[in-house]
This record gives sequence, C-alpha cells and structure tokens, in this order.
Amino acid sequence: MSAVAQVASAADWRDDFPVLDQSMHGHSLVYLDSAASAQQPAAVIDAVARYQREDHANVHRGVYTLSHRATEAYEGARDKIVDFINANSRNEIVLTSGTTESINLIAQSFCRPRLRAGDKILITHLEHHANIVPWQMVCGQTGAELVVAPINDRGEVELEKMLDLIDDRTFLIAVAHVSNALGTVCPVREIVEHAKAHGIPVVVDGAQGVPHLDIDVQELGCDFYAFSGHKMFGPTGTGVLYGREALLEDMPPWQGGGDMILEVSFDKTIYNELPYKFEAGTPNISGVIGLGAAIDYLQAIGMQRIAAYEHELHDYMVGELRKVEGIRLIGEAREKASVQSFLLGDIHSHDLGTILDHQGVAIRTGHHCAMPAMQRFGISGTSRASVALYNNRDDIDRLVVALEKAKEVFA
Amino acid sequence: MTRDDTDMQDLYRELILDHSRSPRHFGKLENATHTADGINPLCGDKLKVYVRVGTYGDIESAYFEGSGCAISVASASLMTDTVTGLQVDKAEACCEGITNRLTDRGPGEVPGIDLQKLRALDGVRQFPARVKCATLAWHALQAALSNETAPATTE
Repeated sequence: MSAVAQVASAADWRDDFPVLDQSMHGHSLVYLDSAASAQQPAAVIDAVARYQREDHANVHRGVYTLSHRATEAYEGARDKIVDFINANSRNEIVLTSGTTESINLIAQSFCRPRLRAGDKILITHLEHHANIVPWQMVCGQTGAELVVAPINDRGEVELEKMLDLIDDRTFLIAVAHVSNALGTVCPVREIVEHAKAHGIPVVVDGAQGVPHLDIDVQELGCDFYAFSGHKMFGPTGTGVLYGREALLEDMPPWQGGGDMILEVSFDKTIYNELPYKFEAGTPNISGVIGLGAAIDYLQAIGMQRIAAYEHELHDYMVGELRKVEGIRLIGEAREKASVQSFLLGDIHSHDLGTILDHQGVAIRTGHHCAMPAMQRFGISGTSRASVALYNNRDDIDRLVVALEKAKEVFA
Repeated sequence: MTRDDTDMQDLYRELILDHSRSPRHFGKLENATHTADGINPLCGDKLKVYVRVGTYGDIESAYFEGSGCAISVASASLMTDTVTGLQVDKAEACCEGITNRLTDRGPGEVPGIDLQKLRALDGVRQFPARVKCATLAWHALQAALSNETAPATTE
C-alpha cells in the first residue's frame, strides 16, 4: 500500500470517532492521551446503545428470547477475543473489569495458595502500579519477596541483568508488554523463553500492548496475558485475563457469587466450569458487547496496518519533539510504541498540561501510575503524548506549537 | 485576545510566576514546633510545611520545602508570607478562608486579616483541575497546626 493511501485512510479513521469532532477552548480538539484511555469509534458506541435499546436482559439465566439474545451477544464477544489474541479456546478467556482486576486475580488465585515464604516474584522497574501493587500485596500475605529488574537510561529492560535475577526461588515473572510511561516495548518473547527453561510462569501486562501490537498469545508463549477494553477503543470497565487452560483449571475461584457455580447447598458448592468460575455476579454485559465491536473495528482495519501507521506517526512525533529547544525526552528505548514522555525546561508537567489544554491539546501529566519508573529518572513526573490510529501529523504539529506557547508563558 | 487567553494570563500572573521561581521561606525550619506533609495524589507532588509557634500562640515562622507545579509552590510561598506573625486561630481561619474562596464553598474573607495579596490565586477558580494544587499547602498547614500525624492530602 502506498504512503498516500495510508494517509487517506487515517483521515477516514479519525471520522469514525465522534468525540474528536469538537472544539476545545476555541481550538479543534487534539487528543494525545490514548495511553490513558482511547476514544471509542461510533461502531462501539452504537453497538452498546443498540444492545441497551433492543437486547438487554441478564445473561446465562433466562429461558426467554431476550435473555438468549443478550447471552449470544455477550458470549459472541468472548469468541471474538479468542480469535483476536489467538487463544486456544473460550475456556482461556476470563472477562474482568480491566487489566487491574486480571492481575489481582492471578495474584490471589494463582499465587496466594502456592507461594511460600522466601519465594520470589520478579518484575521490572518500569511497571505500572497495577503490575506492582497486587504482587506486593500477595508477597505481604505469604512472606514472598518482590524482586525488581533494572532498566537503563533509555528506559529499556536490561535483559541480561533480569535473567541473572532468576533463581530456584523465582516463582513467577510479571512484565509489561509496553510501558505506559516510557513507551518501551519489553523483550517479552526472550523473557518467556528463559522462564520456560526454568519452568517459571510469565504474566504479561498487555494493557498497552494490545492496542498497538498484533498479539498472538500462543506464539508469545506466555502463561497469562492481561488487558483492558478501554485502551483498545472499547468501553471502560471491561478487561480480559487470558490464561493457559491447564493453569486456570487448577486455580480456585477468587470471588464467590452467582454465575460461578453449578450447584449450591449450605453444605457444599460445586463451582462452574471455565471460564465462568472466575466470573461471579452479573458481568458488564453492554461493555463486553462494546469490546466485541471494538475488536471488529480493529480487525476490519488490521492490527498490522494500525501498528505500521502508529509507528510512523510516533517517529514523526519524536523527531518533532526533539527539535523543541529545552525538551528532555524520557524513554528513548530502541523499540517503542506510541508513547513519548518528556520534560520541557523547568516547567512542571501540570502547568504544561493546563497551558496545552487551553490550546485544545490533551496530554497526560504526572507520574502515569508508574512512580518507581519516575524515581528511576530522578523526577516526580513527566508530560506524555500518546498517539492512536485517529491521530495525524497535524496533531503533532499542534502539540509543538502549544509547547512553544507554554515557553512564552513561562519566559 | 480570547477569553481563554485572558484566563491563562489570570492563572499565571506575574506575582504567581515570581513566587514559583523564587519561593519565600523555602527550606527546612530547624526549630519547628509543628510540621506536616501535604500530598497531591493526582500528581504525586509533595510539600512539607514547618511552623514555629511561639509562647503566645503566634506563628513566629512558617517554611516549606518540596517540589510542585507553579501554582502549588506559589501558593505555599504566599501562604508563608501571609501567616507569619498571625495567631494560630487566625492562621487556621486563613486556611479555611482561602479554601472557601477557591472552591466557592463558603465565606472567603477572614475578619481582621487582609487577604488582598492572595487574590493572585483567584485565577485558579477558572481551572477546576488545578484548585487542589493551590490548596495543597494550606491543607498541610492546617494538618500541622492540628498536630495530625497522617499527611494531608487534597482528596
């Protein structure tokens, strides 16, 4: 496909997102915070609305037609997820409220019953709090130890040093696929390969991976892969835990309630089968249906095509930001996706965020729920611009103009 | 000039920029009688406020240290200027008054105290997401004066 054709289709993609068609403080909105939450295409919004208007009932329960339709739509979304990440079966797809719940589920259901004092959980220095705190909690409950692999000045995981930290007490490795704060694409494949040699399960925090990379969990070889719907143009409050069936099979439920049982008496409860034993209570039915619509949307364009477009735009963004006098880029890994953190002179990121907002440019400012990563660079936070398929070069140019304006305010 | 430009200039007034660049009473107060941390969990910014209260219940000295945005540092700096020399109850009333004024929640004046200089902070009222930056130091001062051990937060 020619570059011209790609640019033309990117313009079309932008039109698919109604929220972008508005003015903000007298300027057209430039949304550069998709790493925090991506906008939803009309196809997702409409799918949710259509379900609410026409098909809503509780799932897995009613014998009436409406409930059957809701169940079909909800379970249909699960099938789409199986296909989207190339899982083996529906049994491997647990629907959660997001990456955070997915990781907590692993910590409490997989780790807690098995961990013994002195065992180790290995993570890296660039993790999001959602891939730190659940492990700290289960370490506190069991006497296990959290071990942190270093990152270098570019924000890359130092693979050799990480592998050196593996020993016979390493129980589990948990690593981000893509760092939300630094944009680093982590060497997950290599980590999995070494972990397998030692029989250590690997959890991948894929919250930032799924929106930007073509994910094949079987090819990746990880044991668990966690991600969120709202980072991939779906509704908030939806998420997925992929787990290898043999592991999920052996894990106890982590929440009890309706829908996760086969039979309940006061003496004994027989738990439901996979994946339902991990899905207590009425789920986020409309959200999951919206997530299914988001997958349809992404697959219609093609993940590889999206990745190529975003990669080109990311490189343009980094190139343009480098030209801004007084800028310091944070996160310069050789392999990156979508995200660029930076500091501008001695302007605090919150001041910068406010000034940019008033020029219609929305970026994330602060610690990005990755305080240890910030501490690694000796800073309390950064400004972060992240691109998605609906952004274009004009957005980046507007960002740069807004940064120059901020310098004027603080001149 | 658009309304938005005016708002922006109103937020980053010369006095605010001056206090953020050269904060007054910045550093650790060695013989403080009261201290407290203020944390803004939104951005992770942290300020520490030090106060020395004299025998007659007056604030002999107020200092702060830490890092923050222009608004939070300028507000802390203006605060130390304002409360130095005040009786503790008057300083507490100032904390309440300034918080009220920035959030429109109650009377923003304190009888007998001239808060004129603090009007420089009024621009923040047009920026709801930033009000907590401006109130952080004042929350910390309140916590310090009431001997609270847990850090004050903006939440």
